Amino acid sequence: MISTPVRVAVAGIGLATMAALAACGTQTPEEEKGGGAIAVNASDDACKVARASADAGTITFEVTNKGSRVTEFYLYAEGDRIMGEVENVTPGLTRRLIVEVSEAGEYQTACKPGMQGEGIRSAFKVTGQADKQVDTDTKLADATKSYQRWVNSQTGALQTKTEEFVNAVKGKKVDEAKKLFPVARIYWERIEPVAESFGDIDPKIDNREDGVEPGQKFTGFHRLEKDLWVTGLQADSAAIADQLLVDVKDLVNRAKTLELTPLQLANGAKELLDEVATGKITGEEDRYSHTDLWDFRSNVDGSQAAVAALRPVIQERNPGLLTTLDAKFEAVDKVLEKHQVGDGYKLYTQLTKADIKEMSDAVDALGEPVSQVSEVVAGQ
Amino acid sequence: MTEQLSRRRLFGVAGAGAAAVGVGAAAGVLADRSLDADPVANASESAAQVPFHGAHQAGIVTPAQDRMHFVALDVTTTSREELVDLLKAWTTAAERMTRGLEAVDKGAVGGVREAAPKDTGEALDLPASALTLTIGFGPSLFDERFGLADKKPEALTDLPLFPGDQLDPARTGGDICLQACANDPQVAVHAIRNLVRIGFGKIAVRWSQLGFGRTSSTTRAQATPRNLFGFKDGTRNIKAEERGELDKHVWVARSDGQDWLAGGTYLVARRIRMHIEIWDRTTLLEQEQIVGRDKGEGAPLGQLKEFDEPDLNVLGEGGLPVIGDLAHIRLASKESLGGVRIMRRGYNFIDGSDGLGHLDAGLFFIGFMRDAHKQFVPMQRALAANDEMMEYIEHTGSGLFAVPPGVAEGRHWGAGLLT
Repeated sequence: MISTPVRVAVAGIGLATMAALAACGTQTPEEEKGGGAIAVNASDDACKVARASADAGTITFEVTNKGSRVTEFYLYAEGDRIMGEVENVTPGLTRRLIVEVSEAGEYQTACKPGMQGEGIRSAFKVTGQADKQVDTDTKLADATKSYQRWVNSQTGALQTKTEEFVNAVKGKKVDEAKKLFPVARIYWERIEPVAESFGDIDPKIDNREDGVEPGQKFTGFHRLEKDLWVTGLQADSAAIADQLLVDVKDLVNRAKTLELTPLQLANGAKELLDEVATGKITGEEDRYSHTDLWDFRSNVDGSQAAVAALRPVIQERNPGLLTTLDAKFEAVDKVLEKHQVGDGYKLYTQLTKADIKEMSDAVDALGEPVSQVSEVVAGQ
Repeated sequence: MTEQLSRRRLFGVAGAGAAAVGVGAAAGVLADRSLDADPVANASESAAQVPFHGAHQAGIVTPAQDRMHFVALDVTTTSREELVDLLKAWTTAAERMTRGLEAVDKGAVGGVREAAPKDTGEALDLPASALTLTIGFGPSLFDERFGLADKKPEALTDLPLFPGDQLDPARTGGDICLQACANDPQVAVHAIRNLVRIGFGKIAVRWSQLGFGRTSSTTRAQATPRNLFGFKDGTRNIKAEERGELDKHVWVARSDGQDWLAGGTYLVARRIRMHIEIWDRTTLLEQEQIVGRDKGEGAPLGQLKEFDEPDLNVLGEGGLPVIGDLAHIRLASKESLGGVRIMRRGYNFIDGSDGLGHLDAGLFFIGFMRDAHKQFVPMQRALAANDEMMEYIEHTGSGLFAVPPGVAEGRHWGAGLLT
């Protein structure tokens, strides 16, 4: 349930997004109509938004986490299309989300303490400026731009969380590292097809032991996973951890200049579900930690983000497909919710065969309509 | 490519035992279409087409093709409308595929290149191969989900557990079954694959089974095939030519209760695992006594020819019955069961090996009948309790389905039940 801003700039996650903000801001946030930044008071069980409406245009939220769990804040349009989001708001921190909303209408705000689930929702109304007529080409261009911005917000979080994980490994804090492992992978799994488009990075970061080719070294997340869960930390674990961070930073930098086509978005949405079907539902991905359901959730998030970015185009060309997609994404959410434990998920080894079959059926049901998105995007 | 296909066709045809039909026949789709008037005579030919429409569904008395792909499905949608739409979409695709066409026009190639092809393509260039597609509805479809409770035939209640059953829940039951039979395995697999794909989101596959060789003949023109025990199987099967027997034992009559099922039948599926290696160590004498027939000719013990009627009353040395009291053909015979007969249409299967070095193989039994509880149940009770063959087999999967009557042009599968 994460993602995709349309005309959004997310502040506070990294240099990439700051740059994006500078590039797309035609107004400075302080000059916007409607009274400046809207304070959001997020706690573990409440999400107080100072105002429930704003004029169309640039809207700024200032999200303060007064709770004890890491939180996220979202602005959703209809169908949970993400207009903007700010992630990884740790307790005590204040972060700013600047969203450009051109269409008046009913929106929703949400805080997600623990970064899980539907979040604490409130209605949010955008008034004023009339609906802007946007032609399809513009919608397609907007889709790719917004998806790219989203990818950059994810790579930012990936770098932050990987750094924490790497530091825990290097500090020989095994328990802490084990907790951080699935969390860092959330951001990796959400954008995996993007990483795969840089052919050399993916094997370094995410190779599994059986995928290591002669002459290659077993490195990355899964090597550290094996160290942490099976063999114990090795003499070179710290070096492997350092290398992981170097590779992740390389990905973050390269993703900034990434140029995707709408078709690549559509195919990425499909590929993420393929990942679920072949890697996560089988328990192959995280064979030492069995944290496959975190990866499952994140792949689906990534797929949904790409579909959400394309939403206006699908809405225009094949509204029936959109209805099906919404229903089938929701069905997958429901199945996954059953296995949620606190801020995380059951281990793969705690699932029954019937649980796994149920997930597989839900992913099959989603996979077919998602595979039709490319056709719609191609305009046929 | 062409060469590969031709070779595979050759294998398919050789498997059909129709040596006279050479590779050249594959080119003769048009010629074969002109023979449609008598599909029974031609169904063993690779290019033959079996008409989809008719009073009864195809794939029941159709001359048994050599290959089968059977799938049992759970319906996952709770919308009756979606289910009806699915039946309509299936019917359209099924009818096309039985004509040797793609599931959708220009489905495999020639469509939008940026789209996933709507037909999976592995049957391109292959003839219709006598493909038949047959649908059935399981007892569970008639629960509260689709408002079908009052349409549930009395005879559509789950089969009882029989002695010795080792039913795997993952190979048992299902809301809907689809049976694809063809003389080319790839054609059968293609059909099921595409129908399942059309259904994703509305149905989920519960279990499926591939069969590689028929174990029954359903017409007099067909030779009796052998099962994996090496014996001719289905010699006394009801044959398509026995119209009176079909009406009596196979087709559901209006007077049986549910109008929508009149002209239909019931399908019993049983996955029967054979302990092949154990059987192979059994003497020929014992094998023949267990079956009640001789292995070479297939004649009932005490007779000369395969189609000689077995005489259960002939006694041999020491005054013992020649066909033993516990012999398979005695226990399964209409004479022992008060006249009960069924139409068998089963297939040999081998699902690789079982991890212990033994073949995971056997017979996928499919029987069509007017009332499973009056026909299959007493037969299986007698066999499960007494048949010496039980020592060598194990029933590992089971299903009972009501098979609706045939589809009229412009109508869809199960139209009498769900519209």
